[in-house]
Amino acid sequence: MPSLQRPRLAVWKFASCDGCQLSILDCEDELLALAGAVEIANFPEASSAISEGPYDLSLVEGSITTPHDARRIQDVREQSKFLVTIGACATAGGIQALRNFADVDEFVSTVYASPRYIETLATSTPISDHVAVDYELHGCPINKMQLLEVISAYLAGRKPAIAAHSVCVECKQRGNVCVMVQGTPCLGPVTHAGCGALCPAYRRGCYGCYGPMETPNMKSLAGEWQALGAQPRDIQRALRTFNAWAEPFREESEAHDD
Amino acid sequence: MTTKTIKVDYLARVEGEGALDLHIEDGAVKAANLRIFEPPRFFEAFLRGRGYMELPDIVARICGICPVAYQMGAVQAVERAFGIEVGGQLRTLRRLLYCGEWIESHALHVVMLHAPDFLGYPDAIRMAEKHGDVVRSGLAVKKAGNALMCLLGGREIHPVNVRPGGFYRLPTKAELAPMGEELKRARDQAFDLVRWTSTLPIPDFEQDYEFVAMRHESEYPITGGRLVSSRGIDIDIGDFENEFEERHVPHSTALHAMVKQRGAYLVGPLARYALNSQLLPETIQSLAREAGLGPVCNNPFRSIVVRALEVAFACEEAVRLIGEYELPEAATVPFEPRAGTGFGCTEAPRGICWHRYDFEEDGTIRAARIVPPTSQNQPSIEADLAAVAGSLVEADDDVIRDRCEQTIRNYDPCISCSAHFLKLSVHRS
Repeated sequence: MPSLQRPRLAVWKFASCDGCQLSILDCEDELLALAGAVEIANFPEASSAISEGPYDLSLVEGSITTPHDARRIQDVREQSKFLVTIGACATAGGIQALRNFADVDEFVSTVYASPRYIETLATSTPISDHVAVDYELHGCPINKMQLLEVISAYLAGRKPAIAAHSVCVECKQRGNVCVMVQGTPCLGPVTHAGCGALCPAYRRGCYGCYGPMETPNMKSLAGEWQALGAQPRDIQRALRTFNAWAEPFREESEAHDD
Repeated sequence: MTTKTIKVDYLARVEGEGALDLHIEDGAVKAANLRIFEPPRFFEAFLRGRGYMELPDIVARICGICPVAYQMGAVQAVERAFGIEVGGQLRTLRRLLYCGEWIESHALHVVMLHAPDFLGYPDAIRMAEKHGDVVRSGLAVKKAGNALMCLLGGREIHPVNVRPGGFYRLPTKAELAPMGEELKRARDQAFDLVRWTSTLPIPDFEQDYEFVAMRHESEYPITGGRLVSSRGIDIDIGDFENEFEERHVPHSTALHAMVKQRGAYLVGPLARYALNSQLLPETIQSLAREAGLGPVCNNPFRSIVVRALEVAFACEEAVRLIGEYELPEAATVPFEPRAGTGFGCTEAPRGICWHRYDFEEDGTIRAARIVPPTSQNQPSIEADLAAVAGSLVEADDDVIRDRCEQTIRNYDPCISCSAHFLKLSVHRS
C-alpha cells in the first residue's frame, strides 16, 4: 500500500558556485512535477518555507572548507536517511581544493586586506572525507538529466542508471571525430562520462570536469600527451582544475612537478 | 534605553550564504549589516601561475548563475592585454550568448525568487497554485535563455565554447534559425511578464543612489563600453581602480566597494536603465512607459519591473542578432601572448563585473583581481536596510524581518560571487 506521505527532500550548500543546485531549478519542464513527487522540505535557494528534519533524501552541494561547515555536515548526515553528493566540489573538493597544494595563509592575504577576519581550513575536502555518503553524482556542473535519474531511482527504490565509463564512449555515441588523433590533448580517456562528450563536440579537448572514471590509466594518457608535445606543466595544469584533489588526478599531477 | 537586535541567520532565495543583523536602539537603527559568510574560495590566489587559455573555464566557476559574465570579462582582459580586437560576428555571438544569460538569470529571479515576496508566498512552487500561468510562462522564458546558452556555449552552466580570440566552434545559420523562433515566443511571454510585474503591490520607497553602469555609443550595454555614473564619472574601464576602492569589513567575506570620493553606489538593472534607457529599442521604451516606468527608477522594490523589462529587451535583441547573423570565416582571431596588463568589464545580470590580470610573456597569469557586482552593491543594500528598518521600528519583528528580506532580494544578490528566508532572533532589553 503506497504511503500518502511524499519523501522529504533537502538541498544543502557548502563551498560552491551554486551551479549544481541551480540544475534543479533549470529543470523547467520537470520542476512542478518534481515538487509533486517529493516534498521540498528544505531548499533555501528556492524557498523560504523551511521544515525541520529528518529528511528522506538530502542533496549536498559544495566542499568542506571551514571549521563551521565541518561541524554542520555532521548534523546534515544525522538528519538525512539517504545522502547524495552532487558535483565536483562535494565529490572531490572542487576548484577551491587547489589550496591543498599551497599555503592557505598566503592565499588569504592575497585576496583579503584584513586576513584576521577570515576563518578557513587549510584544505578543501569532499563530503565523503567527513561523513558516509550513499551516492555520488559527478560533474562540474552535474548533468540535470542525471540528477533527475538519481531522484527517480531513489523514488523507485532502484539503483541509478549512471554510466561509469569514460568520455571516449560518449564521443563514439555522439559520432565525434577523436580530437586526440587530430593532435589536441584531451582528458576524455580518463574522465568519467556524463556530459555527453561536450568539449570534443565543440572541437576542443575534454578538460576533465566530470573527474576521473573508475580505474583510469593515467600513466598511459600522460604519455600520449607528451607525444603530442605537452610539457609537464601543461599536464599538471590540466589535472589540477575542478577535480584536482580526486586521487588519480592528484597522484598523476604530482608526478609532473617541475 | 531600549535595544533590540533582529537577526536573520540564513538568507533564503538568494544565491549563496548570507545573514542579517539589525540593531535598533531607542527607536533608531544603529546598524544594519548584511553578513556574508559564504566560505571564501580564493580565486584570485590560485589563478596566479595558470595559463591564459584556462582562464575562462576557471573563472566561470565563481558563479553557476552568471558564468558567462566571468568568462566574458576574462577573455576581454586577455585580448586587451595581447592587443587584439574580437569584432564583427564574433562580437555579435558573444553578445548573443550574454543575452541568453540575462534571460535565464533575470527570469529565475523575477519569477522564482522575487515575485513570491510581493504576493506573500514562500516560493514560486506554492505561488504556482494560484498563479500557474505566470510561473509556467516565466519558466518557458527562462528555458529559452538556457537553450540559447546551450546552443552557443554547449551547456547553460559553465559553458565550454568561449575562448580568448573568439570561440572553439561557431554555430551555423541553420542551427540558429529555430532558436530565433523560440526566442520570438519568449519575447511575447516576456512582454506579458513586464505587464504582470507592473501590477504587483510595490512599496513606496526611494533612495538617492549614485548609479554606475557601462555606456556604449549605440547599444544598451552588455559586453562593453565606458564606465559612467549619475554623478559624473565617465572613465575607461582601465581607470576603475583610480575611482573605486574595496574595503574589507569584519562581518563579510565579500569586500565592500565604494566610490573613493563619495561612498556607496549602485550597479545592476536600475543603474543600467537610468543611464541608458534612451538606447533601448522603441518597442521596449514604449513597454517601459506602459509599465509605469519613467526614465529613472529610484525604487529598489520596482527593480522587478526593470529586470523583467531587460528580459524582454534581451529576447528582442537576441532575435535581432540571430536575424543579422552570417557565419564568420574563422572561429578565432589569431594572436600571440605577451607580457602586460589587461582589463575586462561587462554588465553581468547583477551589474558591472570588473577584472584585471597581469600576464607574463608566455601568457601565464601573474596577478588577478576581480570585482563582482554583489560586493559593489553591498554598501547600498545596507543603506536600504537601515532606511527600510528605520521606517518600521515600531512594527512587529516579523514585519521588519519580512520587509528586510525583501529589501535584500531586490538586489538579486549573488553571494556565491561575493539568499528568501531569514531566521530571526530578537533580543529586547
